[in-house]
Amino acid sequence: MLLLQGAIDAAFAQMGPLGAPRAVPPPPPSGIMGWILAKQAEFYRALTGGIRAAKTDNTAVAGLLGISFLYGVFHAAGPGHGKAVISSYLFANNETWRRGVVLSFASALLQALVAIALVGIAALVFQATAKMMGDAVRIIEIVSYSLIIAVGARLLWVKGRAFISELRGGEDDHDHGSHDHHHHHDHHHHDATCHHELEPAQLAGPGGWRRGLSAIIAVGLRPCSGAILVLVFALAQGILWAGIGATFLMGLGTAITVAIIATIAVGARDFAGRIVRSGDGWGMLMLRGIEVAAAVLIIAFGALLLAGYMASERMFI
Amino acid sequence: MRLGGINRPWRDAANSSQSWYDFISMKYIARFLAAVFLSLACTVPALAHPHVWVTVTSQIVYAADGSATGVRQSWIFDEGYSAFATTGLPHKTAGAFTREELAELTKEVVTNLKDSDYYTYAKADGKDLEFREPVDYWQEYKKELLTLHFTLLFASPVKAKDLTVEVYDPTYYIDFAFADKDPVALISAPAQCKLSLHKPEGVSMTQGPALSDAAAASGNWGVNFASKIAVACP
Repeated sequence: MLLLQGAIDAAFAQMGPLGAPRAVPPPPPSGIMGWILAKQAEFYRALTGGIRAAKTDNTAVAGLLGISFLYGVFHAAGPGHGKAVISSYLFANNETWRRGVVLSFASALLQALVAIALVGIAALVFQATAKMMGDAVRIIEIVSYSLIIAVGARLLWVKGRAFISELRGGEDDHDHGSHDHHHHHDHHHHDATCHHELEPAQLAGPGGWRRGLSAIIAVGLRPCSGAILVLVFALAQGILWAGIGATFLMGLGTAITVAIIATIAVGARDFAGRIVRSGDGWGMLMLRGIEVAAAVLIIAFGALLLAGYMASERMFI
Repeated sequence: MRLGGINRPWRDAANSSQSWYDFISMKYIARFLAAVFLSLACTVPALAHPHVWVTVTSQIVYAADGSATGVRQSWIFDEGYSAFATTGLPHKTAGAFTREELAELTKEVVTNLKDSDYYTYAKADGKDLEFREPVDYWQEYKKELLTLHFTLLFASPVKAKDLTVEVYDPTYYIDFAFADKDPVALISAPAQCKLSLHKPEGVSMTQGPALSDAAAASGNWGVNFASKIAVACP
């Protein structure tokens, strides 16, 4: 528990404690992260060149799509794009990896659509200036980050109760590990003294699209600034269709990277769940505790993003 | 009544040896999960890769008495930023913007730059110098690129043996690079003043821990990519 506590503290320290002035930029990334960011910068820089090339030569469109895709892949590996939120959400809810992939792709698609809608409506319909688009993005950000906090808060409520019930629930010692993996089957038949009626119903019932929809929207609402750049530039060059294609490919790249990371999170949760299921009270309690911590992390991300202490993206102006 | 399965040691006085074993495996799980969480949570908060590229040309202007009065700058922005910044601006000719058509944008940009100290940092003999509000600022649109011209006057004219000027973004969101041709010049400076420009030594973003420590110590990351103008006057 101490290790986990330390990890969370370190994570928070890196983000900057809430309320502290954001005076100093954090230390730069090194090694792998540095390489990823360098690649990201490289492809970002190449985006406008790619559009330029596609303007004169139709075959160059393939190059543009390739650059956009790769930018999406590397960009999602860096800060932002809801990796942390989605992963924490999947972990806390003990979702399946398929749902993780679905969430990743859905939020990436939403991001692409929002970018296209934003530029399309703002630039074409309203003749919006850069400043207006920036303002629109800021509003979207506020909604998105508030939603993240809401998703985290609801998760905290559910997981917090599960944790407390685990702490208290001594009368019924059946193996509850099985609930985690089969929560969508309702084989619930405990008696009145059992405290578990709250778990299957609230933890994760069947829900298809609706479950996780709030997470999808929370994460996917904020469009990627790379997509906005590519769309605006393509529009300025008179080939908006190329920009739209590039945006979707960027979304695809993003989706893949986030899906991979999400799958890792699900794997970690499965691993933990499997070990815990070997019948150990401490393990189950700790797992519930970690789920609570995941929910808290989501709230923290949303709050830090909202307060501006953590920037996942920035507009140019 | 225990139906088998999960023990709850905290409710149980006995089984100390069994829980010792459990604690060991719990430690490994804790470590593993901590690692997962650490990697997830370490989202590297502020962006460290540029989104705007600027080509800089600077001139240090001197008065008749040999003191430096200010820094005149021309910043050429990259095509992506130029396209974005000029979106929606009304203009008469397609693909062209006059100084007047850009005036409002220019005012906005210059106002926003104030919060970032105009990304220009000057020192005289090691002491930080203050700038006044920019004067003579305007933008032009040439070859689809926006160029911002402005002059920063020192709070008071400077007479120093060693004057340095750096243009950079500490967060490295903007990459400032000096032009290849005529990047810096001295205007009306005393003949004996020597001008030099130090470009950053091929810093790569993957430099790693050594660079991280230095940058963390100095409090900014962008300075590693900064060129430094140095003027040595007797």
